[in-house]
Amino acid sequence: MDMQNLIHMANQIGDFFEAMPDREEALLGISGHLHNFWEPRMRSQLLKYVDTENGKDLKPIVVSAIRTHRSKLVSQH
Amino acid sequence: MLEQLNAKDFGTPLRTAEQEVTLEIDGMQVTVAAGTSIMRAASENGVNIPKLCATDSLEPFGSCRLCLVEIEGRKGYPASCTTPVERGMKVRTQSPKLQALRKGVMELYISDHPLDCLTCAANGNCELQDMAGVTGLREVRYGYEGENHIVSKKDESNPYFTYDPSKCIVCNRCVRACEETQGTYALTISGRGFESRVSAGQDQPFMESECVSCGACVQACPTATLQEKSVIALGQAEHSVITTCAYCGVGCSFKAEMKGNEVVRMVPNKDGHANEGHSCVKGRFAWGYATHKDRILKPMIRSRITDPWKEVSWDEALDHAASEFRRIQKKYGRDSIGGIVSSRCTNEEGYLVQKMVRAAFGNNNVDTCARVCHSPTGYGLKQTLGESAGTQTFKSVEHCDVIVVMGANPTDAHPVFASRMKKRLREGAKLIVIDPRHIDLVRSPHVEADFHLQLKPGTNVAIVSALAHVIVTEGLLATEFIAQRCEEKAFQQWRDFVALPENSPEAMQEITGVPAELVRGAARLYATGGNAAIYYGLGVTEHAQGSTAVMGIANLAMATGNIGREGVGVNPLRGQNNVQGSCDIGSFPHELPGYRHVSDSTTRHLFEQAWGVEIQPEPGLRIPNMFDAALDGSFMGLYCQGEDIVQSDPNIQHVAAALSAMECIVVQDIFMNETAMYAHVFLPGSSFLEKDGTFTNAERRISRVRKVMPPKAGYADWEVTIRLSRRLGYEMNYAHPSEIMDEIARLTPTFHGVSYEKLDQLGSIQWPCNDAAPLGTPTMHVDEFVRGKGHFIITKYVATDEKVTRKYPLILTTGRILSQYNVGAQTRRTENVQWHEQDILEIHPHDAEERGIKDGGWVGIHSRAGETALRAKVTERMQPGVVYTTFHFPGSGANVITTENSDWATNCPEYKVTAVQVMPVSEPSDWQKKYTRFSKVQHELLDQAKQAISKTKTIA
Repeated sequence: MDMQNLIHMANQIGDFFEAMPDREEALLGISGHLHNFWEPRMRSQLLKYVDTENGKDLKPIVVSAIRTHRSKLVSQH
Repeated sequence: MLEQLNAKDFGTPLRTAEQEVTLEIDGMQVTVAAGTSIMRAASENGVNIPKLCATDSLEPFGSCRLCLVEIEGRKGYPASCTTPVERGMKVRTQSPKLQALRKGVMELYISDHPLDCLTCAANGNCELQDMAGVTGLREVRYGYEGENHIVSKKDESNPYFTYDPSKCIVCNRCVRACEETQGTYALTISGRGFESRVSAGQDQPFMESECVSCGACVQACPTATLQEKSVIALGQAEHSVITTCAYCGVGCSFKAEMKGNEVVRMVPNKDGHANEGHSCVKGRFAWGYATHKDRILKPMIRSRITDPWKEVSWDEALDHAASEFRRIQKKYGRDSIGGIVSSRCTNEEGYLVQKMVRAAFGNNNVDTCARVCHSPTGYGLKQTLGESAGTQTFKSVEHCDVIVVMGANPTDAHPVFASRMKKRLREGAKLIVIDPRHIDLVRSPHVEADFHLQLKPGTNVAIVSALAHVIVTEGLLATEFIAQRCEEKAFQQWRDFVALPENSPEAMQEITGVPAELVRGAARLYATGGNAAIYYGLGVTEHAQGSTAVMGIANLAMATGNIGREGVGVNPLRGQNNVQGSCDIGSFPHELPGYRHVSDSTTRHLFEQAWGVEIQPEPGLRIPNMFDAALDGSFMGLYCQGEDIVQSDPNIQHVAAALSAMECIVVQDIFMNETAMYAHVFLPGSSFLEKDGTFTNAERRISRVRKVMPPKAGYADWEVTIRLSRRLGYEMNYAHPSEIMDEIARLTPTFHGVSYEKLDQLGSIQWPCNDAAPLGTPTMHVDEFVRGKGHFIITKYVATDEKVTRKYPLILTTGRILSQYNVGAQTRRTENVQWHEQDILEIHPHDAEERGIKDGGWVGIHSRAGETALRAKVTERMQPGVVYTTFHFPGSGANVITTENSDWATNCPEYKVTAVQVMPVSEPSDWQKKYTRFSKVQHELLDQAKQAISKTKTIA
């Protein structure tokens, strides 16, 4: 899927949760949203991008959320 | 008299009062609520006083003098419609004197009325005729030769009804209906004395007046003065069936008046809880599409979209579809196909489609058109309040003191509810409009907004934060409510956030374009004006921050305690007839019926046991994700029931490219829509008149849809899905949609108490309906929020990425108009095109002049996504810098321009903000030329299917 679009969507999610005063809550919010609403192939592609491209163009808070809660984002199926 | 068609008319409206009054009518003791008219008190007790100007949908008027009665101890003969009951009153409704008076009145009426009863369209269903009989009129002593109106010219300008002044008795019912019921004030009585006649506008033909063709006047008319053309053509109906309109999310109840299997007219149901006897031009009149010649009634298949269609049997079409889906899954994997649930079809049909996707396809790739309209409502209200739905009944508006209309245009998109809202506003409720456009509600007859916050498109969250800032910093919080009902920590975080100086109206003014003092005034009014309710629409949801804005609205309601009782609340005005229902029954890729996430193992196991399959615990693809995956080569098959994604979704060139990349698209629809032009299998759909089921409207009201004619193509949509599922190897056994609802109720806690039997008994039910609320739930979150404590959420404004530049200096925002509906597939095939035959671009005079654009001239609209050309309408409804259009006609290409930018949480497209340039042009855009060629070819391929069949028949 179009990686630029996925990056854009992930950054939008980051924009929303970044406003939370509690950073841990924000990281959980971002990863939780990706887990609950992104289909596994979208998540896999994003995870791979973070691994291979070091999260270039992704907001730092998004990269941090993905790295912190990576296990949650790996498809269980 | 066609009594089987007409509900009892009590003459004057129902009055509710704690105090009761006992009186005597014709020697009978009767007890009624204080304030009830004598006429109604008599009628409720079986005594029908003659009447003409009175009807129970309108306030009493007292003009016809037929309802005179005698009251012991009083002089004269008061009109029973305008005289309220009094304790101990002794009323006589019949006496020789009364009979003589009434007969005299009737004699005068009939002396100026055509005596063509036998050939009159109202014959058998005419109140004047009835009253002539009741009063015993046997002669007209004045003769018929004097001055009269019999030669008056009939106005046939309206496509749906005629106005025949010769039959008018000047009872004022039509004028009052236009004022009281509809609130348009298009009709009046012109002239005086004998010259008095009903007049539309300034003595104009109806079509040239402000009349919105809602039909309230026709409904109120006691004669054939205002008469449906369909009744003139077909005659009076012989039976009727109560059903639910298939247009907008108001979900009006209608009486389909029938002659056998043919609809004669649709009459709003007086007992309908959503509409209380009112209607709009679409539901009342624009039902002719159901029998339009364009209906596709035979299944068709083809290998490629460049091939001619081939008409085949149902068996062959379904076998082909099933084998293609299985072939694709074998080649590309289980998750390479999916389905789209129609928000126009019934709950039961939607439930079956999502069930088929999850059980037979074996994945969660199912979505519905709420994705592109109110998915942010589902998300935002679930997060804050705990339930993905509005909090009130429509009737709740009668208790509002302050009404906020944000990003909604109810008079066009939800007209019947708008009439109820306007009635409350005329009674004195205050109005705050938050909208970039000068919508009709801002200023219309007897309605004027106290505040119009004319914000720049894309700044809803900024304005919501600014309103919250005022409420917090000026000490307007409902502290007791918040302390008792809301999470403390989240509230404190939110309070501290909105109190920041950057969220003040003064700081936000630069962003929103709204003067700070207006925002402050509106916030104070909302917080302190009594019962305050927010009504919002797609102008809130269809933004990059759509979900954030919905949460911001819920925050405002909680912060001011405006939730949990009548007259307040958070009220999403949902778009399509069953968009609420389609979400309720599990059409989203991440949720099972009842808004339960697929990762919730308890819920999943419940459905797995009931369905006998394993359900994937991961969310599926949303509609825009399906398109991206198609272009990526991993999503290759789609079952699309009753949606036209190639017209309604944003950046349709992208959508078309995605569909072109897929190997099998199955479209089930009543017409060859834009999406079907990219399809390989066409399965004929059935209209709402051809099936049983239920729709759920914007107030969570589940109403019955009843079959009034057999499915024209042989099967109702739910039957087709069952047959397709069987061919995919997953058996479904339902003999009737009631059995599907029973299954939904069994598996969904909020629907546990719903059944067809109960729906028949109660008329309609607002969910949740279960043991805790056996009769349904009109108002939600009464004692506590569905999630327990209300959850405030920080809503930081983030500017959209769709920014104006020198190249694209204007913002395009899209919307709807009254006479057309959504993609127009239905309304374009009715006489409604007389009001709106093409989509136009509204532009402010300043922007027009700067570009040399003339009113009515062609303009090209360019965005980053594409370009199209429309005719311009230069109007001050728009603010400078903002242009507007609708998307009702496919060739207009409104969604060629809109981009894929979408809501961060739900991917709901940002239809309301597209940066564009607009310039005069002399010819259609390249896209339009290409579209015209493509559409022509597709219609030729369709014609070839029909020709092939007729050739076969000839040979045989």
